[in-house]
Amino acid sequence: MDKIDAVIVGGGLSGLSCAYKLAEKDMQVIVVERGDFPGSKNVTGGRLYLEPIKSIVGDMLDGAPFERKVVRERWSLLGDDNSISIDFTGEKFKQTNHSYTILRAYFDRWLSEKLIEKGVYVIPKYRVDDLLWEGDTIVGVRAGEEEIYANVVIASDGVLSFMAEKAGLKQKMKPKNYAVGIKEVIELSEEKINDRFNVDVNEGCAHLFIGDVTKGMFGGGFLYTNKETVSLGIVVGIKALTEKTPTIETHALMDDFKDRYEIGRLIDGGSLVEYSAHIIPEAGYNGISKLYGNGIIVTGDAAGFALNMGVTVRGMEFAIASGIIAAESVIKAKEAEDYSEKTLACYESKLRETFVLKDLYTCKDISAFLDNDSFFSFYPNSFPDLVEKIMWFGEEPKGRIGKYLWNEMKASGLLSFKRLKELYTFKNV
Amino acid sequence: MRVDEKLTIDAFKTDIESHIKINHDICRDKCKIKYCLFICPGHLYTLNEENNEVVVEFAGCLECGTCKIACIEGAIEWIYPRGEYGVQYRYG
Repeated sequence: MDKIDAVIVGGGLSGLSCAYKLAEKDMQVIVVERGDFPGSKNVTGGRLYLEPIKSIVGDMLDGAPFERKVVRERWSLLGDDNSISIDFTGEKFKQTNHSYTILRAYFDRWLSEKLIEKGVYVIPKYRVDDLLWEGDTIVGVRAGEEEIYANVVIASDGVLSFMAEKAGLKQKMKPKNYAVGIKEVIELSEEKINDRFNVDVNEGCAHLFIGDVTKGMFGGGFLYTNKETVSLGIVVGIKALTEKTPTIETHALMDDFKDRYEIGRLIDGGSLVEYSAHIIPEAGYNGISKLYGNGIIVTGDAAGFALNMGVTVRGMEFAIASGIIAAESVIKAKEAEDYSEKTLACYESKLRETFVLKDLYTCKDISAFLDNDSFFSFYPNSFPDLVEKIMWFGEEPKGRIGKYLWNEMKASGLLSFKRLKELYTFKNV
Repeated sequence: MRVDEKLTIDAFKTDIESHIKINHDICRDKCKIKYCLFICPGHLYTLNEENNEVVVEFAGCLECGTCKIACIEGAIEWIYPRGEYGVQYRYG
């Protein structure tokens, strides 16, 4: 049988990036996508950080349909009935292409059209059902009645990666390693978004929330401004949801979040145009699958390349970088005329030299550190309460501000041994 | 807005056969809490009290995979819908 150079399972960002780089070297590539078009099964928060990948993408993202450049970063700690926020903006963020909000049904579809112009076969509406094996080597895929033989199969089929599972590369999926994200896309006029979020044309805001949004469970809320919509959503740990008593309906958390005073005015008059959900890898470095085997490479979310650092959430630039490095590895394997795991191991060693595995490794302890009530319950309640006390003037005289603040901080528990120890151990994260 | 109303805004192409299968023996005998009943973002799982069986409205599935992971007893057998079927996100 004739083998092509690579068959890519899944037309998301890692798969399409891999195909793009292979097409540049005139390699024969087929991308198989189960949705109506690439992007139609994808959900992001979300934003894409460009700085980490600017040296490797080449012209791939020239002309990309970005929504807005993020120039305003906000974090909010939500107490039960109060909140405190940080609002950051800076010239550096305005003058550079640091990060952009995107919508995947536009973005991935656009990239796939660029690929088709380059002569890549992107086949939509086909679900890959199985891998094809020759002994202990993967030699292609089966999609319904169709069989596609290839020197390398690229498993770019997302966080649930059935391909990595079938190849025996994936860890068992445990609730503690995943969170569920729910998102509403809400339509608002461009002018309203500019005014409400205090940004200029084509500029946007990224806003993360922790605390009451998840009722103290692992996770948080997010709001990203797009051109004429906002992406509003929540992320909650699946293990935390299963352990919550009394039980909480996940979809109801989303409604409670939307009903908050802090959110209401921002989306007032907007209309819901899409309701979506997806699971997210949350285990960081410790959740990564085996990255390659005989005739197979795993990329993007399928490999577990996502990093939640509490104040930032990253995934898509990991996907793009891993797809590009997968392509380089396939090119190397072709030169060596060897597609065994011995040659494809260069994929992992290359990833270790880049931000993909470096950042994930550096932050390998963060998920364990975040997995306690301090970040999702204690601090989001304590800080707004403290500010509330400082700002409130009642009938009683308040006394000296320094003494008052000290007493209140002591009373809140922020100065307890447990909290100071926590602050101290943070330096190890 | 109720969650079932939210789902009507999405674009779905519904296959004849469900991509979610529930093993009712495991579900009834082994699973006490039945996380699927509250964890699904589409609120698609319900308990039919007449025969004590969990039923799922697969047509509104957002394909997130939460139930597959939360069902630690392994009663839910979940695969992707066939090519071109299921939810088709227009924003994503």
